[in-house]
Amino acid sequence: MRPLSAEPRYLPQGGAAHPAQAGQRRVAVAPRPLRRDPAPSRLAFRLQRLWLTPFVRSITRIGLPVFALVLGLGLWLGDDGRRAELVARYDDVKTAIQNRPEFMVSLLKIEGAGPEVDGAIRAMLPVELPASSFDIDLEAYRTMIRRLDAVADASLVIRSGGLLEVRVTERTPAILWRTPLGLEMLDAEGHRVATLIDRASRPDLPLIAGEGANAAVPEALAVLRAAQPILSRARGLVRVGERRWDLVLDRDQRILLPAADPVRAVERLIALDAAEDLLDRDFTHLDLRNQTRPTIRLSANALEQFRAITGQATKVKATP
Amino acid sequence: MTDLYESQRAMRAMRKAAMQRGVIALLDIGTSKIACLVLRFEPDTGLRAPETIGSLAGQSTFRVIGAATTRSRGVRFGEIDAMAETERAIRTAVQAAQKMANTRVDHVIAAFAGAQPRSYGLAGEVEVAGSHVDEQDVARVLAACDMPPIGQGREVLHAHPVNFALDHRSGLGDPRGHVGRRLAADMHLLTVDAAAIQNLIYCIRRCDLELAGIASSAYVSGLSALVEDEQELGAACIDMGGGATGVSIFMKKHMIFADAVRLGGDHITRDIAAGLQVPMAVAERIKTFHGGVHATGMDDREMIELAGNSGDWEKDRRQVSRAELIGIMRPRVEEILEDVRGLLDAAGFDHLPSQQIVLTGGASQIPGLDGLAARILGQNVRLGRPLRVQGLPQAATGAGFASAVGLALFAAHPQDEWWDFEIPAERLGGRSLKRAYRWFRANW
Repeated sequence: MRPLSAEPRYLPQGGAAHPAQAGQRRVAVAPRPLRRDPAPSRLAFRLQRLWLTPFVRSITRIGLPVFALVLGLGLWLGDDGRRAELVARYDDVKTAIQNRPEFMVSLLKIEGAGPEVDGAIRAMLPVELPASSFDIDLEAYRTMIRRLDAVADASLVIRSGGLLEVRVTERTPAILWRTPLGLEMLDAEGHRVATLIDRASRPDLPLIAGEGANAAVPEALAVLRAAQPILSRARGLVRVGERRWDLVLDRDQRILLPAADPVRAVERLIALDAAEDLLDRDFTHLDLRNQTRPTIRLSANALEQFRAITGQATKVKATP
Repeated sequence: MTDLYESQRAMRAMRKAAMQRGVIALLDIGTSKIACLVLRFEPDTGLRAPETIGSLAGQSTFRVIGAATTRSRGVRFGEIDAMAETERAIRTAVQAAQKMANTRVDHVIAAFAGAQPRSYGLAGEVEVAGSHVDEQDVARVLAACDMPPIGQGREVLHAHPVNFALDHRSGLGDPRGHVGRRLAADMHLLTVDAAAIQNLIYCIRRCDLELAGIASSAYVSGLSALVEDEQELGAACIDMGGGATGVSIFMKKHMIFADAVRLGGDHITRDIAAGLQVPMAVAERIKTFHGGVHATGMDDREMIELAGNSGDWEKDRRQVSRAELIGIMRPRVEEILEDVRGLLDAAGFDHLPSQQIVLTGGASQIPGLDGLAARILGQNVRLGRPLRVQGLPQAATGAGFASAVGLALFAAHPQDEWWDFEIPAERLGGRSLKRAYRWFRANW
């Protein structure tokens, strides 16, 4: 129903409704449709209230775009071929970038390694040079190099100009270890360096033997250092029961060292030798395991002599 | 009566819900404009002591976050006349305020000026049941107030207990805990036309809003335009609106009388339009720019151009002097003020200790009105502007927004009304268990 009161005949802004005056140029502007009601319609009012509801707002501003994005991506990626194509394109781009000349490594330079180690390291390089630096797993290569017995440490750097520099610290052999399988060179920590074919090729290195001898190389070196004065007579050290050392001299003489503090026992032995010429005596074993009582086992010959001297020889008297 | 209680209690519950949600809208439905404020309540931080009012006279708990005004349509004499038009105007105001506040508002407290308010003073007296006055005694004394014949089709808008007396001591603000025998209460009852309230409820429902309270415009503009000592010592607030002029008398911080004259600023505009034969819009413009009530010699020489769009050049090019304009305005202003005087006399304002009169509302901005009002109403007249509340835009601090701002105060700190007190136990039919308990406690 329209209200009983009549519509206003004149617009509130008086000038707009005036007919154009005669002298004025008529401007071909359509009269703007008069907005008669400034009030929002019920629908507009309700929609605005809905829009001002915080939940609806957050759903529309965050939830809907996220949903649309996820839905679109899901639909687009739902196709196998498209997914494979996407992955392939990604791989292509990745390879193209990795194979750029800036990233290529063409030269392997090894420092601080002997010819055998050098050859081994070159043989171990997992890729064929030139290769992209992305393809070389430096960490794995380094572990591989360090797994070489002759290598103590290695550092790898890719230098500019496509140079892969390997800096190697080699192990220095300090001792020889005779095993049933052959002769091994060990470094000062007891780590294997290399196999030695011929003992005579390294006469400067002392020799140790016995099971578990490699685990006690520092001790053996200390013992040998202490035994410097008698070293010319020493054949080597033998590990006994994986706990103590025997110092083997020539003439089949053995000095049994204690498990604890063998160096002191050796020093004592040197002192005894200096004082009493102990080592020149004819014995087969010198037992220093008990500190308070060094024991000597004479050779059969000497024992006979000794008994003869002391008159202890058992003389079988033929009784008539 | 009971259903009104129920609806008022429901509105209080709604107001509580709105406070919990933190946002409430205030709607001042006037004849010339509809103002909508959106309040945000800050949650109670618990920092202030519970018995004190707090900073900024207790108004720091809320903040105006949205304000909008629109030209009112379909309202006459402060009552809703054309429902659909008013509904649209309410929608416009609420939408703009919501947009400014950037939040959705569901609860509305509305105020209107018209609907023929009528004041009644009620008195009740009961024997105190125990030795001390307790909540139930207060409830019983309020229930004992005899209901005046308010007439058919009228509803209670406000019912404030204004005074409690215990034996011979009167003027108690809170009788609970006092020792005494006879408890008496005075209550101020304000009734309005039920149809106006129904129309208002209907309009607001149509806008998808929940009504959380209704207030009389005269009352709420008194809350905001009177300063605290005026409310305490006694003062009359005259809210000169567009279609109705509300009168409220405050004493001891309670409204003790309210009424309205069905005349306002729109009648002045209508007089100007009729007298000068100009459209209403032009008349309104002339009134606000050049209006006045005291003519001086200078005003004879100040000529006002009258624009018109009748097409008659002679008619559209007239000029009137400001003295002529004043000559048209003054009789109508005098008539309004004399009617107000009549209301005040009928209310016995002469007998109040303080004769302070505060003029507020949009029509109170006529220059020289205070001088004219002083000659008609009494010497202690001042122009009142609403209290400043947090966040109120500068455009809404004028005298015309006294009732909107007063609504904010009303929403934040409503005075206790009848329906805020306990229901006396005798009236509670269903709560027989509680009655049995009381009987046991009283007899053993």
